[in-house]
Amino acid sequence: MCRSGVLTALCGVGVGALLLAGCPGPQPDTESPSAGAGAKGEPAPAAGGKIVLGSYMCNTGPFATFGQSSTKAMEMAVEELNAKGGVLGKPIELIVEDDQCKPEEAANAAQKLIQQDNVLCVLGEVASSNSLAAAPICQDAQTPMVTPSSTNPAVTQTGDYIFRICFTDDFQGVVMSKYAVEELKAKTAVVFSDVASDYSKGLSKVFRETFTAAGGEILGEESYNQSDRDFRAQLTKFKGLSPDVVYVPGYYGEVALILSQARQLGLKAVFLGGDGFDSPKLVEIAGKAAEGALFSNHYSKDDPNPVVQQFVASFQAKYNEAPDALAACAYDAVRIVAQAIETAGVEDRTALRDALAGITDFDGVTGKITIDENRNARKSATILTIKGGKQTFVKTMAPE
Amino acid sequence: MSQQLINAISLGAVYALIALGYTMVYGVLRLINFAHGEVFMVGSFIGLAALSVFHLPFALAVLVAMVGAALLGAVIERGAYRPLRSAPRLAALITAIGVSLLLQNLGMLILGAAPRAYPPAIDPAPIAWLEERAGVVVTRQQVVILAATAAILAGLSLIVSRTKIGKAMRAVSEDRQAAQLMGINVDRVIAFTFCLGSAIAGAGGVFYGVYYGTADPLMGLMPGIKAFVAAVLGGIGSVPGAMLGALLMGLVETGVSSVTLRVSPSLVLTGSTLRDAVAFAVLIAILLLRPAGLLGRPGREKV
Repeated sequence: MCRSGVLTALCGVGVGALLLAGCPGPQPDTESPSAGAGAKGEPAPAAGGKIVLGSYMCNTGPFATFGQSSTKAMEMAVEELNAKGGVLGKPIELIVEDDQCKPEEAANAAQKLIQQDNVLCVLGEVASSNSLAAAPICQDAQTPMVTPSSTNPAVTQTGDYIFRICFTDDFQGVVMSKYAVEELKAKTAVVFSDVASDYSKGLSKVFRETFTAAGGEILGEESYNQSDRDFRAQLTKFKGLSPDVVYVPGYYGEVALILSQARQLGLKAVFLGGDGFDSPKLVEIAGKAAEGALFSNHYSKDDPNPVVQQFVASFQAKYNEAPDALAACAYDAVRIVAQAIETAGVEDRTALRDALAGITDFDGVTGKITIDENRNARKSATILTIKGGKQTFVKTMAPE
Repeated sequence: MSQQLINAISLGAVYALIALGYTMVYGVLRLINFAHGEVFMVGSFIGLAALSVFHLPFALAVLVAMVGAALLGAVIERGAYRPLRSAPRLAALITAIGVSLLLQNLGMLILGAAPRAYPPAIDPAPIAWLEERAGVVVTRQQVVILAATAAILAGLSLIVSRTKIGKAMRAVSEDRQAAQLMGINVDRVIAFTFCLGSAIAGAGGVFYGVYYGTADPLMGLMPGIKAFVAAVLGGIGSVPGAMLGALLMGLVETGVSSVTLRVSPSLVLTGSTLRDAVAFAVLIAILLLRPAGLLGRPGREKV
């Protein structure tokens, strides 16, 4: 999620405020005997009888919905874990900070969580630019940081204490080209990317490489600009090439127009894309033209997997709304950290780091998650299609 | 090829409806009304409300949008430009940019930044017999928009050349002081010009919304800039020039997008990546050869 810089930066802010408003808030520091500690590598001391985790999220700000749904899911995960007796026999406490969708506030929040609240592990952000601001601070303090949904590859490259449990942007390109070749039996493709977006260009590059490697042929490539409204010139060219599939890893606003104009021009190919398609606006604007389009996403609430169904039902019951993909990632992040603490067996940041690095086949809402040697998640992606004006689950695609 | 030509003409028609307002206002006032793209946006949203909230028929919705946009144009002129009529021209230009930003941000505040779906008031399906016989896709929308654009241009030419107020507009454009001395109410002529240009932009906004199926508060920005360039290209101040410039703009953009250059197997240049760069380079070249624009009268003072 949050693929481009601006969007990403904006996402960060919202979560924190929500957290401040919606949860018990930071407890007084009385239970933390070594408050003020947090020097490098120092084991996080037991905070009385609690395991303290910290999160920074954009709970207020322009993209507050991303942070808010993540925070709700994290709080739900903590409640569920505590109902089952917590971890290492102690209840978990989640301290929530609002970074207002600003990288500098994300850095401050991480600093505060580590130095003042002495948390065992930091969870955050949706937006990659905010995660990138906080990651060096966590790395320096040798405190594990787990990002639920920042997809930019650079986040985990910060250092060996930074983990990610969503897939990276590249993986979406791989999954879609695999689906095109194996399931749609596509032989030829064209690629249509947004020249102003690194997200779009990244996905296009990976799709092109993997599709060609699998024996497919890329007949042509065109690009557009985010402010464009007229795509007929490029689409007319595509029509002349008659490809089996068109890969358009863009955002729903432009994609909706591309789909309508393509259908008007009589382009018959199947349209494929990434998680930028994930908005009700796509169907609202494109109408019937969106039918049959396929895209990759982190999860689908219609996935019949019982883990997913139980999560969706609990979230719906607790908050009276359907959880989005960001909530699903945040929920998995908390549960993975809890499992890693159990594995480590002690409240120690370095031991937790090692345990996180060893996470294998964790059965999450967003798929089976294995942490690889670069501290990124190897997991499946979900393929969705638009059918009858609704997003419909098609299948999950495993890596490789 | 013929398909690309149709794409180009449709795009050009959209630019033309905006370019006309720029050129008319410049003609009488020597002012680049940068808020014009936002008048277009507001017109589009008025049309959207008329179509989807009040369920008016398409023609009536266009009319309502034209009236609404004309009123907005009058308010902008009265509130932001008239007080600066005798101020240095730069002050008015900066005010125009300010009004533009104000309307954009008001739009985002009131309507939200997310794009909204526009009801398909005209059937977007291709005309079947044309597709079968000639193999080109022309939609009913394109035909209606082209016809309406042509009708608006014809009506505008009639107003400018045959009516009393048109004569007054030409007189003010020629020499404002002299016109005033001849008993022409310059303020009224200028206000009328703003209303007329804004009404055309309002109609353009509705056509644009229906054609592309979406409207958002920043929709006036790029078309506004392109239309401004089209107006300069055709010779700013000249009504047929704006039409010609807009068509040319559509042709160049579509033409560049439709080209693929295979320099070598590893280096393939697709036009769409370079579209704006090449399109504007062509425009610069034309302006270097004809600084007053294609149909502009040379020797006039330019901004």
